[in-house]
Amino acid sequence: MLNKSVFKIIFICLIATVFFLTESAHCRTEYDYIDINNPFIRKIPIAVPVFKPISGSGGEKFLSQEASNLLSKSLEFTGYFKIIDRDAYLVDPEKSDIIVSNINFKNWTGIGAELLITGSLFLKDNIIEMELRLYDTFKGLLIVGKRYKGVVNNQRKMIHRFCGEVIYKLAGSKGIFGSKIAFVSKNSGNKNIYLCEFDGHNPEQLTYNKSIALSPAWSSDAKWIAYTSYSKGKPDLYIKHLKDKHGAIVAKKGINITPAWVPGKFSLAATLSFSGDSEIYLLTGTGKIIKKLTNNWGIDVSPTFSPDGDKMAFVSNRSGSPQIYIMDLDSGQVKRLTFQGRYNTCPNWSPNGDKIAYSGMGNGQINIYTINVEGESPALQLTHDSGNNESPTWSPDGSLIAFSSTREGPCRIYVMTAYGTDQRCLLALPGEQTDPQWSPRVIDN
Amino acid sequence: MKKKLWIWLSLSLVIPGLMIVTSCAKKTVKADLDLAQTQEDEAAKLAAEKAKLAAEKAKQEEIARQRALDEKRRKEEAAMRKITAARNLFMNENIYFDFDRSDLKPEAQEVLKRKAEWLRKNHSESVIIEGHCDERGTNEYNLALGDRRAQSARNFLNDLGIKESRLTTISYGEERPADPRQNETAWSKNRRGHFVLE
Repeated sequence: MLNKSVFKIIFICLIATVFFLTESAHCRTEYDYIDINNPFIRKIPIAVPVFKPISGSGGEKFLSQEASNLLSKSLEFTGYFKIIDRDAYLVDPEKSDIIVSNINFKNWTGIGAELLITGSLFLKDNIIEMELRLYDTFKGLLIVGKRYKGVVNNQRKMIHRFCGEVIYKLAGSKGIFGSKIAFVSKNSGNKNIYLCEFDGHNPEQLTYNKSIALSPAWSSDAKWIAYTSYSKGKPDLYIKHLKDKHGAIVAKKGINITPAWVPGKFSLAATLSFSGDSEIYLLTGTGKIIKKLTNNWGIDVSPTFSPDGDKMAFVSNRSGSPQIYIMDLDSGQVKRLTFQGRYNTCPNWSPNGDKIAYSGMGNGQINIYTINVEGESPALQLTHDSGNNESPTWSPDGSLIAFSSTREGPCRIYVMTAYGTDQRCLLALPGEQTDPQWSPRVIDN
Repeated sequence: MKKKLWIWLSLSLVIPGLMIVTSCAKKTVKADLDLAQTQEDEAAKLAAEKAKLAAEKAKQEEIARQRALDEKRRKEEAAMRKITAARNLFMNENIYFDFDRSDLKPEAQEVLKRKAEWLRKNHSESVIIEGHCDERGTNEYNLALGDRRAQSARNFLNDLGIKESRLTTISYGEERPADPRQNETAWSKNRRGHFVLE
């Protein structure tokens, strides 16, 4: 009890002591370092030297190394940066200073670094204090500075908060830091829902059923997850509060599958087939039917909403093969979006609202594509000749796409930029992983 | 000489004759008793004979009965085997679909007609129709496709007069392949409707 309240105080400290380090009058708030229209064409070279241990203790040195490495890795993960190798540095960062007046920026521009992050770390009684600063090396400007204080175990959280500040300053969006990814992992014949951090760290199992669980979907406050499970013998829809574990089950005759939450509402769409035909219905968060959204004989499945909640994309085989359609929810009007290929499924609407990512089949291979929602330009193929690639899901800032792929044999979760660059495996657990679903950014604590 | 011979001969006959007559007078009762005894024995013997015959007959009848029973059992077993075989055939005979299709091919319709016939004969039986897909295509769409395949089979059986209440559908999408390999032979086996009796 005492421990808990102490922890609470410390945690509040972590939040409360974060403030701008306004040491420089040159500090600016608006930058356009990252071109939102084509952000991954050129990566920004950035130097992240090991943080300065204030007292110089062994513990501080270890944590400084760990924290600065995590910062490098986390920034690299975004796809925006090229981290400059520490062996190329012209100065010993331990001897160089960390505040603007004492930094010789030529030492950094000389090795091509356009950005520099300096840090200091102070450790006392299992509490760390970090000061982190981002500089524009050419202009000699402090872009953002922050101080963090908290228990050692929260170091990862502190670093990720600073990363969020960095991305916010450079790209104008809050980034991916603090978001999570839900996915399905198959182990010893059963499929269960798991969660991990945006970078694949700390995977944790959410369901423990000896059956099949599929298609996790986050509510837009990230407090609820809906998914399909066979735990009662057939595909039913489970709506679950992540913390309290309470919720509802939609277990009508036939299939109860492919949930998608309406942005900003406690309401979701899902495919139900109790009528003998699969249609998409709008449901309350407690699983009651509000209304039928599609009305067409054949398959209607996999809804995904535009960020404003006005439109819904979904898969239908009404034309004879699975294609992606967009429905205007007000008028009920439906327009076909995809025309290339005979098998386009798994739509996922981008958080910026302008694109839809999907899986398309061609030449016996399934690849990830993005297409403009207006459908006026041809789709952009993001994966090529690398197994089957399914279930694309946008990061909350729209910069990255996670998906599942069989490129290395067993199906695993991969991540790439929204333009298809920097494709890498997110995590590898025993068995197979599928159905990634990126959370909104909200997740905190 | 000749006369003498005759006398001796007559005497030899008469004397023993007399002897018998005199002795008879004494032995009559005993002979009667013996006679009764013999008759009794005779009757017992007869009864025994009769019993033996009866037993034999019973034995024969029993054998015949056993034979009949065996025959009946054999027939019943054969019938049962036939029923079990029909039941197993019902459960083991899948219907197959083309890629991304849920319409019933002629072969599938023939199989379903046989299933409907069986269901008509076994009106207490209810069936779960499983819809399955091959691994190609995407998970979510395949769940819906498996549902549609199961519904196709259900509607066909329903049209053949099988009550809807006896037909349940379940889609497994691509989750339960019959053959886990990745080739057309395996895929064609996996695009199936499977029937399970409740």
